[in-house]
Amino acid sequence: MSLNDFLTLLTAATIGLSCAILGCFLVLRKVVMVGDAISHSVLPGIAIAYIVSANFNSSLLLIGAAIFGVITTLIIDFFHKKLKLQEDASIGITFTWLFALGVIIITLFTESNTDLDQDCVLFGELSSSFLDKIIMNDYLIGTRSFWMIFPVFLIIVIFVVRGFKGLLLISFNEEYAKSKGIHVSMWNLIFMSLVSITTVMSFESVGAVLVVGLLVIPPATAYILSNDLKKMIFIACGLTLLACILGFYFSILIDVSMSSMVIVTCGMLFFSVLAYEKLKKMLKSKK
Amino acid sequence: MKDTLTYFLSDSVALKVLLGVIIIGATSGIVGTFSFLRKKTLVGDAIAHSLLPGICLGFLFTGTKDPIGLMFGALISGWISVWVIDYLVSKTKLSEDTAIAFVSTFFFAIGSVILSVISKSQNGNQSGLKDFLFGKAATMTNYDVNVFAVLSVLIIIMVTVFYKPFKMLAFNKEFAHAIGWNTKWIEFLLSTITVLTVAIGIQAVGIVLTSALLIAPSSAARYWTNNLVKMIIIAAFIGMFSGVIGVIISASQENMPTGPWIVFVLFLITLLTLLFSPQKGWFSIQKNQRENKRKISEENVLKIFYQLKESKIDQVSYSVFLEKRMMDTRDLSKTIQNLIHKKWLKKLNSDYSLTENGAVEASRVVRFHRLWELYLTKRMNFKEDHIHGTAETIEHLITPEIEKELLKELNFPLADPHNKEIPYE
Repeated sequence: MSLNDFLTLLTAATIGLSCAILGCFLVLRKVVMVGDAISHSVLPGIAIAYIVSANFNSSLLLIGAAIFGVITTLIIDFFHKKLKLQEDASIGITFTWLFALGVIIITLFTESNTDLDQDCVLFGELSSSFLDKIIMNDYLIGTRSFWMIFPVFLIIVIFVVRGFKGLLLISFNEEYAKSKGIHVSMWNLIFMSLVSITTVMSFESVGAVLVVGLLVIPPATAYILSNDLKKMIFIACGLTLLACILGFYFSILIDVSMSSMVIVTCGMLFFSVLAYEKLKKMLKSKK
Repeated sequence: MKDTLTYFLSDSVALKVLLGVIIIGATSGIVGTFSFLRKKTLVGDAIAHSLLPGICLGFLFTGTKDPIGLMFGALISGWISVWVIDYLVSKTKLSEDTAIAFVSTFFFAIGSVILSVISKSQNGNQSGLKDFLFGKAATMTNYDVNVFAVLSVLIIIMVTVFYKPFKMLAFNKEFAHAIGWNTKWIEFLLSTITVLTVAIGIQAVGIVLTSALLIAPSSAARYWTNNLVKMIIIAAFIGMFSGVIGVIISASQENMPTGPWIVFVLFLITLLTLLFSPQKGWFSIQKNQRENKRKISEENVLKIFYQLKESKIDQVSYSVFLEKRMMDTRDLSKTIQNLIHKKWLKKLNSDYSLTENGAVEASRVVRFHRLWELYLTKRMNFKEDHIHGTAETIEHLITPEIEKELLKELNFPLADPHNKEIPYE
């Protein structure tokens, strides 16, 4: 394995693990579509941060992402709880509007030739991430996309480890958590901002649609295998790593985009696990 | 504005675009209504993403960007995606939202793998496929519009013919199944129509925004009517209207994307409807709640005045009132002002007393309260110490018709369970 391959895989794995951990909670709480919505509706935040700072490498991007992640959940709640619109429609209206707003802002304020077009937003490309190396005192210390996602990954790990009990309670029984005095809506907002920051940090390399795949597919697979939250998180992380490595080699094998191949591999792993579980059940019932 | 209008009427290309978005807007409004009522609008989003592999494969097999071939591929992958979602929801423990997100990203990823194969094997020839992803409302050709028109006429005919089964499916699937209808077949038809609509829709606004075409018009229409036919018509109209406005806005400036503006207009219409619609809008609901609250406080105050009058206290001061019933003093003085304004109370020095009209009104409230208490003890076998609370609530809701029924049922009683006189006019 060459150095470039290693760097690409490292970036993919860090993004994948961040998504897998967050995704377990999304799947358990049945709010995956809110995560999906957030991954699309951070676009105006990215656009504004990009216009203000004229590049991607900025803490403004993080702030913009967090703000728009929170705004998305607030608008969805406003439609659903205050205006009494059914939940699926509230989610659908909110994220399409914010995405449309993002595209409009981009075309209004930038020339047509920017790095920030719908193409990049939707697809992203992992395998070019090694091009942007950071070199300090002649030592290679990683790529830019790795150093964008790595701090986020650390924050997520610390957040989940420190707040595990609270998150566990909220995931399985929100009402009970409330009665225990846990500030559910605050936890929600923090959690959703983490989701939106993760999405934004992986935008360039994975794209908005495929990042949802990393958020949902490994956790869904793990959920089929286990009901224990801790086990679920570890299984999801393992599956993600496996999918990254397999997807990477597959993408070289048939010479296609790596980020989509990783998701396709995740999906194939999911169906293998599903088939395995069904088979096990069938054998059991025959006995 | 006039310039834009003349531009659209004189330019045949622009007229085609306008016609295209009108067709697309109307069709997705109609079909979206059923998705909305079945609470399955996000399946539309999943379908939109899942069309990508079908479209790419259609392109690979036919080798052209002919919309009919692509549409055929789209139809097949759309069907499969709907089937996979149904399978995951019914046969595994995954919830619907997980299944939807799973299918949409998995299919999209497969699609983009195929897309990158195509772009490597046929240099640059795939540019037409990108239009499918991001929408190309502004560059629709005559041929495209003709295909859309034929398809949407087909869709509208199907909706008209199968209106009754679709309606049944939207409102009560179990019932339809129970009376022997083949719900699987109806669902298959409906999802075929939805897939076709989405396939047309993505060419106007792109994959990501298509679900808005299905969701927004029907959401807004739901707040204007309870009647399904009316709802479909309103949704179609909103879809057309937003399409036209979106095209006009995007045509007014260079390099303006059409799809996002259509979605923007749709969002605004929905938001304004949800806030201001006359019956179910947020503001009218707030107003109703305020009015109800005022009516309840008024009736409560009148009732206390009546009870005090029963114990021979005609002139009531604040302190006497508050001794009988605790109430926020600001609320109380405001309610008393309202009642004086209605001429149901009059002020004597610093005390208040019921007017003749006020006494009639107050006796009505007390009568309802006591009748209900009697009904609860006699007919529902409630204990006497359990009836007051319920009666406190129900006294504000009893209509003259219910009163008549109660009186007949209880045979015009004279006293309530606490042996207090029931007042008649």
